[in-house]
Amino acid sequence: MKVDIVTIGGGPAGLAAAIAARESGVEQVLILEREPELGGILNQCIHNGFGLHTFKEELTGPEYAARFIEKAEALGIPHWLSTTVVDLQRQGDRLLVTCVSRERGLQVVEAGAVVLCMGCRERPRGALNIPGTRPAGIFSAGTAQRLVNLEGYLPGREVVILGSGDIGLIMARRMTLEGAKVKCVAELMPYSGGLKRNIVQCLDDYGIPLKLSHTVVDIQGKERVTGVTIAQVDGKGKPIPGTEEQIPCDTLLLSVGLIPENELSKEVGVQLSPVTNGPTVNESLETSIPGVFACGNVLHVHDLVDYVSEEAEQAGKHAAAYVQGKRAAQGREIPLKPEGAARYTVPAAVDPQRMEDQLVVRFRVSRNIRKGLVQVYGDDKLLYTRKRPVMAPGEMEQVVFQKAWLTGGEREIRVVAKEEEAK
Amino acid sequence: MKAYDVIVIGAGVVGAATARELSRRQGRFLVVEKALDVCEGTSKANSAIVHAGFDAEPGTVKAKMNVRGNEKMDKLSQELDVPFQRVGAFVVCFSQEELPKLQELYDRGVQNGVTDMELLTGDQARALEPHLSQEVAGALLAKTSGIVCPFELTLGLAESAAKNGVAFSFDTQVTGVEPGEQGWVVHTSQGDFSARAVVNAAGVFSDQVHNWVCEEKLHITPRRGEYCLLDHTAGNHVSHTVFQLPGKYGKGVLVSPTVHGNLLLGPTAKDIGDPEDTATTAAGLQEVLEKSALGVKDIPTRQVITSFAGLRAHEDGDDFVLGESAPGFFDAAGIESPGLTSAPAIGEYLAELITEKLGLSENPAFDPLRKGVPKVKDLPVEERAALLRKDPAYGQIVCRCEEISYGEIRDAIHGILGAKTLDGIKRRTRAGMGRCQGGFCSPRVMDLLSQELGLDLTQIRKSGNDAQIVLEKTRGEG
Repeated sequence: MKVDIVTIGGGPAGLAAAIAARESGVEQVLILEREPELGGILNQCIHNGFGLHTFKEELTGPEYAARFIEKAEALGIPHWLSTTVVDLQRQGDRLLVTCVSRERGLQVVEAGAVVLCMGCRERPRGALNIPGTRPAGIFSAGTAQRLVNLEGYLPGREVVILGSGDIGLIMARRMTLEGAKVKCVAELMPYSGGLKRNIVQCLDDYGIPLKLSHTVVDIQGKERVTGVTIAQVDGKGKPIPGTEEQIPCDTLLLSVGLIPENELSKEVGVQLSPVTNGPTVNESLETSIPGVFACGNVLHVHDLVDYVSEEAEQAGKHAAAYVQGKRAAQGREIPLKPEGAARYTVPAAVDPQRMEDQLVVRFRVSRNIRKGLVQVYGDDKLLYTRKRPVMAPGEMEQVVFQKAWLTGGEREIRVVAKEEEAK
Repeated sequence: MKAYDVIVIGAGVVGAATARELSRRQGRFLVVEKALDVCEGTSKANSAIVHAGFDAEPGTVKAKMNVRGNEKMDKLSQELDVPFQRVGAFVVCFSQEELPKLQELYDRGVQNGVTDMELLTGDQARALEPHLSQEVAGALLAKTSGIVCPFELTLGLAESAAKNGVAFSFDTQVTGVEPGEQGWVVHTSQGDFSARAVVNAAGVFSDQVHNWVCEEKLHITPRRGEYCLLDHTAGNHVSHTVFQLPGKYGKGVLVSPTVHGNLLLGPTAKDIGDPEDTATTAAGLQEVLEKSALGVKDIPTRQVITSFAGLRAHEDGDDFVLGESAPGFFDAAGIESPGLTSAPAIGEYLAELITEKLGLSENPAFDPLRKGVPKVKDLPVEERAALLRKDPAYGQIVCRCEEISYGEIRDAIHGILGAKTLDGIKRRTRAGMGRCQGGFCSPRVMDLLSQELGLDLTQIRKSGNDAQIVLEKTRGEG
């Protein structure tokens, strides 16, 4: 089977990319989705707060997804559900997408372009090397969310949560509403990795303590968790002896970071960024492999789904231009360098000949910043500066980059985030 | 009281190997196991190495069983459809002064009957294993050393035994063994059984079982070893098992590829009192990471996906206790490393002793072959496509990290010793063993277990009876 564009994934990124590609005039777009339904992880996010930017209203996850699913269906974009892509290879100028499903067995789909939309996964306990026993009752927050919201079962009654990422915060509230007692949320860093609004609405409103600079140093229980020990950590994240506190509980939820799922990207040889764990992309959101584009959480972990949709729309348009042969001739790529508290930039390079008049450059900061500045330099020339009263690691930052800023001769562009008064 | 010819206590690798060897004979055989599945103790958490046999003192039972077990592994792994690879092992040392110790190991190996060993300089070793550290001054290369999947080996042996007529009783805790009219009475949580012979393969509890029966007491110290397991992306970091010669940094840890393409680091060695304490510790895990870095450089420790601890049954006499310790009571006690390697030889040896003792005759129907759950992911594309046409359930992926299908999980549940728990599925199919550690697939596997076994989700266990995963239905209509 041959198509113009395949999106690997039918979550918010895959849907928006496919819609944009189709609206750009590409006839054959195919969405491959491993779950039995479109919508991705939004399907289990039954809380509201989605879509404030895109639709100017607060939707639940499934409602937000439904807007895109309806649109994709109206456009007649085919989707194969319960279909897992197991291999991705480049052959000449075509991409071979091997997928398996009950319905269609093993299929190799030949595509002119592929948009990677696989999303991300949660870091497991092992990634943190938390010592202790290995009983039942340890869940990543997303797994617990699925069990509660989709399966309708309560995974625990007395809960400690490690990590204040958004899913952890949301689950603190969700478990509380289901009658569980959330004893505390421990966070290794001196700040939360989640959105401010989630801390207020999910912890403060329910009197759940957030213990910053704390981690779990031991897990007890042979078959089911019977308790955990938390301790305060020093500036380097090392537990401080003498600060241990044992907390009886039957459940430990982990919300300790998300990792873009790039195993397929690696198979086709896509270059990854060690900072984001996502592909390194240029202004067209194209990876190091021609014709392979990326967007959404597989590219870098987003804070709001609205930005995923926005980014995916761009990726879909660029993929369309690629297969239609409508792209401007390739010019010289200028690398984007993060500086100061900026940890990375997406994209990581721009080709002034190919970029549109405006380009959204997204990044995250490495620490909490008050009275901050975001600046863009072309070599040593200041191109842009904007005051940011507050910047936090849990929230994505962006610069709307103007093509008019560039002469085209720049060696590098620096994106700087820092305090107004340099410390 | 149900009567058997032989009751084997413990469904670890030693118990399973003994049961399978017994099933070559005619008789009524029973394996009793306190856990809900095979391979729930020492057999599940170890280095997964098939040792060459140069470690043990010449003349010891350990040495004999190790070499014999290693020899048997090629044929056995093929018969049982169990992954086994002779990847070879290095023992490395870090100074010129330690080179004679490598020679000693070599000589010991020769005495034990180990073949295909070579002494190499540091540079020679590095040429074969580029990530060996610059500090490596010399190495012993043992080409017959291998890696195996301990779960699949134990399950393969047990399923082969079951297929050939051995009964298994899980969730059956032995509470005592006493002389009886027919030989022995085995008291268990599921009632009493009588047996003409009893095999003690109770792992870290084998001293307890032995001491119920024998005058001469045994004493086992559970020796805990902690490990870190790294993702597939790190699996090619070394292509051989790399041991460290005990030396100036103390007893070293190994770095080894696994048959499933992961990288394994460990173990530590700490004597503890509690024979059930398999908790990892911060200090232990740190030791694993630090020591593994001595022999092998640039280990991508950020790729750790899980850590675990296992217990070795160390007997005071420092050797396996093997044989008839009381009339009709056969010990396989103190089986620590190289116990996994030795298990097939131990089973063979004990079965022969028992056959002689009880006068068992050959089982003409014995079938040595056993098929595991198909590893669909590893099939060539054409074969995989053909299999999916025949049975579409192999096309529905449940575990995305290890690419395990509905069909494989279904097969694991309905196998002759079918999986009943989440861990049981994990060990038979690897669903949940990948980089997300079951984050995505565990609710799906639970659904599958509940469908196939007709259980409510609240009845699904991780491993033991008290390892409930979800506790109750939510308040809503759910």
